[in-house]
Amino acid sequence: MKLLKTLTAIAVTTLASGFAQAQDKPAELKIGITTFTSGAASVFGVPAKAAAELLIEEMNAKGGIGGVKVAATYIDEGIGGDKLLSEYRRLVQEQGVRTMLSAISSGNCNIVAPVAEDLKVLNVMWDCGTEKVLEEKRYKYVVRTQANATTEMVATVLYLLKTKPNFSTIAVVNQDYAWGRDSWEIFLNTLKALKPDVKVVAEMFPKLGASDFSTEISRLQALRPDVVLNTSWGGDLDTFVRQAAQRGLFTQGATMVLPLAESSLERLGATLPEGVIVGGRGDHYFLHPETKDEPAHKDFVAKFRAKTGSYPIYPTYHMAQALVGLKTGYESAIKANGGKWPSSEQVAEAMRKMEFKAYGRTVTMREDGQGLEAQLLGTTKRVAQYPFAVMDKMMLVPADLVTTPVGQKSPAWVKTIKADLLNSDRLKTYDFK
Amino acid sequence: MNASLFALALMDGVSYAALLFLVALGLTLIFGVMRILNIAHGSLYAWGGYFAATLGMGIAKFGLSPMLGLPALFVAAIVIGVFLATVLEFALLRHILDKDPILQLLVTFAAFMVLEDLQRMIWGVQPVFVSDVVTQLGTLSVAGVTYTRYQLLLLPTVAVLAFLGLRWFLGGTALGRQITAVTHHREVATAMGVNTGRVTWLTIAVGGALGALGGALASPTTSFTPGIGAEMMVLSFAVVATGGLGQIGGAALAALMIGLTRSFAVYLMPEVEVLVPYLIMVGVLLVRPEGLFSTAAARRI
Repeated sequence: MKLLKTLTAIAVTTLASGFAQAQDKPAELKIGITTFTSGAASVFGVPAKAAAELLIEEMNAKGGIGGVKVAATYIDEGIGGDKLLSEYRRLVQEQGVRTMLSAISSGNCNIVAPVAEDLKVLNVMWDCGTEKVLEEKRYKYVVRTQANATTEMVATVLYLLKTKPNFSTIAVVNQDYAWGRDSWEIFLNTLKALKPDVKVVAEMFPKLGASDFSTEISRLQALRPDVVLNTSWGGDLDTFVRQAAQRGLFTQGATMVLPLAESSLERLGATLPEGVIVGGRGDHYFLHPETKDEPAHKDFVAKFRAKTGSYPIYPTYHMAQALVGLKTGYESAIKANGGKWPSSEQVAEAMRKMEFKAYGRTVTMREDGQGLEAQLLGTTKRVAQYPFAVMDKMMLVPADLVTTPVGQKSPAWVKTIKADLLNSDRLKTYDFK
Repeated sequence: MNASLFALALMDGVSYAALLFLVALGLTLIFGVMRILNIAHGSLYAWGGYFAATLGMGIAKFGLSPMLGLPALFVAAIVIGVFLATVLEFALLRHILDKDPILQLLVTFAAFMVLEDLQRMIWGVQPVFVSDVVTQLGTLSVAGVTYTRYQLLLLPTVAVLAFLGLRWFLGGTALGRQITAVTHHREVATAMGVNTGRVTWLTIAVGGALGALGGALASPTTSFTPGIGAEMMVLSFAVVATGGLGQIGGAALAALMIGLTRSFAVYLMPEVEVLVPYLIMVGVLLVRPEGLFSTAAARRI
């Protein structure tokens, strides 16, 4: 009995001292960042990591977060879910990291979110799109500083219907994995709600990482649908666009909708023709119609180009949002805590009640941890200033119009979308200037 | 499905099978002679593609004649294939010939990972492609569907030539017969005076060049990204296993089966497209565990 008492006393003391320690300003704020540095998704992960290094360095030069310098450790998401999780736990439990930025892959977000909750670690989901993670469970420690798949897909449908109201057939060529399947489901349900007479003529799901789409392209040429949707990314998207261009699919009159092609524009160079609908999973673009002349944004584009040789693409902007969001969250939590260093819980709470702005429009965070980020879509155009296609006829869709309300679930909500949404005066359009 | 769609599926299937066959041919050739399943073969595919793209970019950058684009693909394949295969053979493969198959698999897998990392260091992670060759050769229209000549004519031609050439080489030349002899029994061949070391190196070089050629010929239509070697490795292994390890004719037939079934699947049942190679492999191996073209193996005591 005495032993038990002693043990309890020790436990209480340790707990209390641990708690007190959390309130003291640490020597540095350790954060863990998971990103793809191997595998096909490193087309996103590597530029995002470069952006993180750049931005953290800058942040630290200006005093860090609340006067504390940020020190980041990176984990490769390419090692697979199980290994990622053990690396994640190792960082938290052995190195005392209490703030994680994770992840790019929706699969990985689904894996880390419950673990973060369990370990009481603040987890900022910085790039993954799956709407399910925050809709199916309420988390205390998990937030997302950008839009989700529903916001992205509903905005894409809106843009398509605004620019091409009259079409009757659609075909889809998406990657055969969670994102390819889920994005099509949301897109189709939204489209059916707004335009019930649309006919789906082909649903094709080639393998993730497929190197050959010639059969899919032949079939599209034989079917001649009015609209072709392809939500793929990276090498898959590049390959599809190239093979489609080589075989004249773009000149057959179908409207191509490529919601992630902002991240491929520079690489595709002259291959991507005019008149293709492209998006970038949010409102961030180095030629963002509202923020391209803001000094901070121009500075970021210049520094990123100097560091990597390329223009920033959406994952780098998502990284910027996560870091600015984290800083804003910490600083507002410090304020709320009377100037004292906050616990992860306090930061997580503050991050649900804040607004922050990186290089796009202001992002508003919701009580369920979901960020409301506007969506930017456009139609490709060739101009003399750039050796690759730029976005023209751009439209900014405010996120609150196209995001499932708190407490509701996307599959049911998108079916209730009404056609008068298309007439909203909050859909702003911009031409390339 | 009408006749014209049938024809379309047939053409797509053949051109896909052509590339698959080239890579699988290299893999099966090396296995035939060394009895090693060379996982690093996937890297040869990737390196061949990346190197061909580099040459293609070089041609564009230095303003050389675009006519050089097509020969450059073959040059890239031979240079990188022979070079890497030679390094692999002298540094690794010849030292593990007598080892346990599991160990051989692990060693070549390790080599694959090393090569994959080196490839990332050299070419980075952004997708790489150079497609001038395809544009030059132009397109042709079949039943209202546009095809590239490159894909419809060039790829199958190269595959058929590689198949016939290799058959002739193995059956009709002294060196080729030595390779066949080593395939049958290494020790007996050595006893008969065949220089097995040289024959082995030659096979690996040819096999490596074929793998790299698959990559080089894919590079004008496919974006090369990290991980592409692993994809091709798995697929070409499915071809080789279906055809029978070490069987050239088997690899050709299996590649055709997989290519055609896959393209018909895209038209008829897109859902199963991804599964097709493996369904075929399982189906064949259930009936013929040694693969399509297996020969009766003499029992060694």
